[in-house]
Amino acid sequence: MELQINDQTITVAAEPELPLLWVLRDLLGMTGTKFGCGMALCGACTVLVDGQALRSCVLPVAQAAGKKITTIEGVGATPLGAALQGAWQQINVPQCGYCQAGQIMSAAALLQAKPNPSDADIDTAMSGNICRCGTYPRIRTAIKQAANHGGQTK
Amino acid sequence: MSAVADEFSPSGGLSRRQFLRQLQAMGGLLLVADGLHIAKAADAARKYGAEGMEHGTVDNPLVFLTIADDGWVTIVVHRSEMGQGVRTGMPLIVADELEADWSRVRVQQAPADEEKYGNQDTDGSRSTRHFLDPMRRCGAAARMMLEGAAALSWNVPVSEVRAANHEVLHQKTGRKLSYATLAKRAAKLPVPAATALRLKTAEEFRYVGKGGVPLVDGHDIVTGRAQYGIDPWFKDMSFAVIARSPVLGGTVKQFDATAASAAPGVQKVLQMPAPVAKATFHPLAGVAVIANSTGAAIAARKLLTIEWDDGANGSYDSDAYRTSLQESARKPGKVVRESGNVDSVLQSAAKSIEAEYYIPHIAHATMEPPCGVARIIAGKCEVWAPTQAPQVTREDVAKHLGIPAENVTVHVTLLGGGFGRKSKPDFAIEAALLSQAMDGRPVKVTWTREDDLHHDFLHTVSVEYLKAGLGADGKVSAWLHRSVAPSLATIFAPNTDHEVGAELGMGFINMPYDIPNLRQENPAAAAHCRIGWFRSVSNIPHAFAVQSFVSELAASAGKDHRDYLLELIGAARKIDPDTMQDHWNHGESPQRYPVDTGRLRHVVETVTQEAGWGKKFAPGHGQGLAAHYSFLSYAAAVVEVDIDEQGRIVVPRVDVAFDCGPQVNPERIRSQLEGAVIMGLSLAMFGEITFKRGRSQQDNFHQYRVTRMNEAPADIRVHLVPAQDWNVPLGGVGEPGVPPIAPALCNAVFAATGKRIRRLPIKDQAKRAT
Repeated sequence: MELQINDQTITVAAEPELPLLWVLRDLLGMTGTKFGCGMALCGACTVLVDGQALRSCVLPVAQAAGKKITTIEGVGATPLGAALQGAWQQINVPQCGYCQAGQIMSAAALLQAKPNPSDADIDTAMSGNICRCGTYPRIRTAIKQAANHGGQTK
Repeated sequence: MSAVADEFSPSGGLSRRQFLRQLQAMGGLLLVADGLHIAKAADAARKYGAEGMEHGTVDNPLVFLTIADDGWVTIVVHRSEMGQGVRTGMPLIVADELEADWSRVRVQQAPADEEKYGNQDTDGSRSTRHFLDPMRRCGAAARMMLEGAAALSWNVPVSEVRAANHEVLHQKTGRKLSYATLAKRAAKLPVPAATALRLKTAEEFRYVGKGGVPLVDGHDIVTGRAQYGIDPWFKDMSFAVIARSPVLGGTVKQFDATAASAAPGVQKVLQMPAPVAKATFHPLAGVAVIANSTGAAIAARKLLTIEWDDGANGSYDSDAYRTSLQESARKPGKVVRESGNVDSVLQSAAKSIEAEYYIPHIAHATMEPPCGVARIIAGKCEVWAPTQAPQVTREDVAKHLGIPAENVTVHVTLLGGGFGRKSKPDFAIEAALLSQAMDGRPVKVTWTREDDLHHDFLHTVSVEYLKAGLGADGKVSAWLHRSVAPSLATIFAPNTDHEVGAELGMGFINMPYDIPNLRQENPAAAAHCRIGWFRSVSNIPHAFAVQSFVSELAASAGKDHRDYLLELIGAARKIDPDTMQDHWNHGESPQRYPVDTGRLRHVVETVTQEAGWGKKFAPGHGQGLAAHYSFLSYAAAVVEVDIDEQGRIVVPRVDVAFDCGPQVNPERIRSQLEGAVIMGLSLAMFGEITFKRGRSQQDNFHQYRVTRMNEAPADIRVHLVPAQDWNVPLGGVGEPGVPPIAPALCNAVFAATGKRIRRLPIKDQAKRAT
């Protein structure tokens, strides 16, 4: 099966119903995308598929074939992704950091759709991503900062 | 496996050394547990702080730092990073004393080796508290060795040279030598004795106590490069999940693996070793499925048919258990602290008030579930694990494999959350056993979220009963408190039926209030699941009960809660914990760490002032207060709530005042307190694991809810109380922010609605009566 991951074509032998998460992590060794719940409840495994934030733990890999997959390892190649990663570091968002890959991927999809999100937009887009350390206020701040930064550099 | 059977057999039990070590790991000496008496204050050799921990501290710069030819300084961190910032904070201390330029500092994680590095147990809010001084000595010694090398190079007295910002300057001539140039010569000089060290004054600190240092792992985290325990990857790796006994102490009666073995990608199905009488950190009984991906293993596990023998805990029912705890709490129990005459004063009091509080089991639910990787080559085992207890992991893996500890290397990865769960390395032992079963091939074991919530070392469950007598002036004249909860010592000593010293000393017997007649009792309770330590541990139920009750008393006396609390705390004074029967005192010296009611008063005054305490709110809107001393730090919180007609609670703002003494990395202290607010709100609003037929009833985040972005306060204001000077000994940071949050929230619900919350979680209890 051929997958388009971070602008590269990758061939992998996988059962079609195996969740994309395990194809990335276990078959390809791309471990930046995290496992958290296996039921699309926590968002740790969020990736972009054709620009949409999806939970890779419940997405059969066959459904991602032929689509453009972006993971945390590749999102920094876009100005938006880089702005988010920069803001995250400037604000020292992470505590343990485990959920932050998924948080950044959800934030990337949000800012792609809404370059200047309201607090309500942030709640809607980000409430599927759990952070057990409790970095939510800083995530909110970082999204707003990245949004402003994105606006300036355009 | 024979070595394991001997070590952990019910008759043999843990060795005394190991038992002591486990107790140390969980945060303190026990006075009596399972018939084993441990000397307390009377013991002349009683050691405090880091010196009381196994392997104590090491302050040798040759162990903790190297300087490369290109000038890069590498500083070793021997404690585990789980979000508290230790990989930034600890090197910061070394770098500061070293006069290193932070932009030329690298950080390296130590493997498990306590003889080399000193104690590595990362819990009890004590890494910085115990290692500030040794790390300062490390950096200062290396700085003086570099100065010595420069003086030798120039053939001048060492008094004429001075290290500053990665180089040494000869003040008279202006000559300079870089650390890169001096490193080799300096390393050959003798390490100065601790007494000969010239430590910096606080005014000379460049990084310690200052802000603006980015996280060491920040870039790796946001780019997906950071390595957690779940991340090591090898081409020939196998991936495992395990079906574990749903009941503590249960065993596999029989199983059928026919269908699972035939599933795609499956490499092996095998039974895990039988359990033992003591839970300790032993893996649970079960059946493992090993496959070519975790996803394949999870799918195949569903095809297993397993018949379990549930054993003695198969009838554990948390509803029935709550009733039994309530019955115990209503009867006299073991007296653990007493002064004055509570009974007669209660009888003659103008008014008496009683209340009972309940907090259920809580799961850690670290975002990275328990997991680990192991491989064995030529009899030597390498483990990669997100462990808070590297040395314990090393020793336990060795025992289970039946090999010497020196043949086990534990690589400590980043932890995707710890909160106490990852002090218990059952997951790493599982990985090692599975690698052994696969002839040494690398195996990664991953717990699914269901596994995590079904088999956690849970926060205890407790009923707290309080009764107080009030005089005609509304003041408390007598106070009775019964705390009843199964002890976390039961995983080491299953017959333990009372809270142990470390639990009693978490905000129960060491309550520093000015009350003339006081009795605290601890009725017995037995455990039926694995009880562990969860961030701030027994402070959670004790603070919830005491701080809620104070609010109830204030309301009953018709007084302002803050004023009432301050009056109860009484005048500023320093209390010897021994006089409160707290001989544990977080393992610290009672002289060095008395309970300072002045500091407790100060955080109450600070937080109420900052939060605008006393403002008038519309109906459905209000503020709640709570204060709590734990881990040698003083915390107070004001939570503001806005509750709509449906009883939906919104928390727009939380203020926290915090005094932990001197602050090494204030930025991470703030982040820890922000996180403590969210975790406290999570457990107060939603946190509950229930049991039926011995089985945890919560499977995943839809049933075990935690606070999400839309439910988190938008505005968390942390007010750090500056220390008077660096002679004040450090308090803990990671845990003490949690305990005041739940009672402050519930007190706010009362202020907003008049409804008292005495049972957590709140869920829909704030719904207005119609």
